[in-house]
Amino acid sequence: MRAEIATSTVDGNAAAGLLWDVFEADVTALIAVCGGCREGAPVAEAVVEIDDTAAIVRCRTCTHTLFTVLRHEGGVRLVIGTLHEIVRP
Amino acid sequence: MTVGGWQPARVIEAVGATPSARLLHLQVPGWPGNDAGQHVDIRLTAEDGYQAVRSYSIGSYGPGETIELAVDEIPDGEVSPYLVRDVLPGDELEVKGPLGGYFVWRPGGAAPVQLIAGGSGIVPLMAMVRAATDAGAAPSVRLLYSVRSAEDAIYRDELAQAATDGGVGLTWRYTRAAPDGWTGHVGRVDDDVLRAAVWEPGREPIFFVCGPTGFVEHVADALVGLGHPSARIRTERFGGA
Repeated sequence: MRAEIATSTVDGNAAAGLLWDVFEADVTALIAVCGGCREGAPVAEAVVEIDDTAAIVRCRTCTHTLFTVLRHEGGVRLVIGTLHEIVRP
Repeated sequence: MTVGGWQPARVIEAVGATPSARLLHLQVPGWPGNDAGQHVDIRLTAEDGYQAVRSYSIGSYGPGETIELAVDEIPDGEVSPYLVRDVLPGDELEVKGPLGGYFVWRPGGAAPVQLIAGGSGIVPLMAMVRAATDAGAAPSVRLLYSVRSAEDAIYRDELAQAATDGGVGLTWRYTRAAPDGWTGHVGRVDDDVLRAAVWEPGREPIFFVCGPTGFVEHVADALVGLGHPSARIRTERFGGA
């Protein structure tokens, strides 16, 4: 069972816990603007592939990776991809 | 408000809801209360230190240190079979939350509300049904609930009772088998179902759609096709494991 890597394709709602560990705030209602296609959408609506070690957050319009959140030696690390800007609506 | 970090929680009740799902009541000391639609992350730790984290929607809302989860078993999953089959009152696990500020309903909005659930996607929407009922907002809230069969419907009795008591308007959609006496069609949610069950575009409803990824994508696309702006459609997708 543990050899199985339980990856799920969900959305940004499911990354709220990991993102809380980075920002100590809920950021899922903020608008993430993609630098690849310039479309903006709530973080909650992004495509997310998540497992026990990381969440890959991708633009729902063009599929580019906006950012990745990784559990890292007891902490957490956010790696910026094509994310252009974050907007509070 | 979210309490940062992992908090210990104790299972105080575990009740079967369907052949594959169980309602779990957890006592979480210091829980700050939660809005309708929020979720928690649950962390299980094995004796050898191996940890697994999953997100589960909260079916309850409001203040208090007890929360209700409804967990549907994912065959071959790593966490849900334990929560559905094995966990017992008195067992402890860890929770983080409440989480999520997007897929949330709070009373006070003027627009009618349309809830659309696929399978165990009913859980956060049940919290919204309860919150809307308690706030006196039920007349402006409708629920379309798509399930394989009546036996697979989490909260079936509570929803049916609420609907007959003048609560949230309820439309069932059975995708595999209908109960005895059912005169409607059986099959997936399609444009005709949506036209008949949901508020018309002229009423400018706000949508909350929750279910498996494929269900949510299909419903959200269909709603846009029927003239509902995508900006008024809030979605939450879940996968497996």
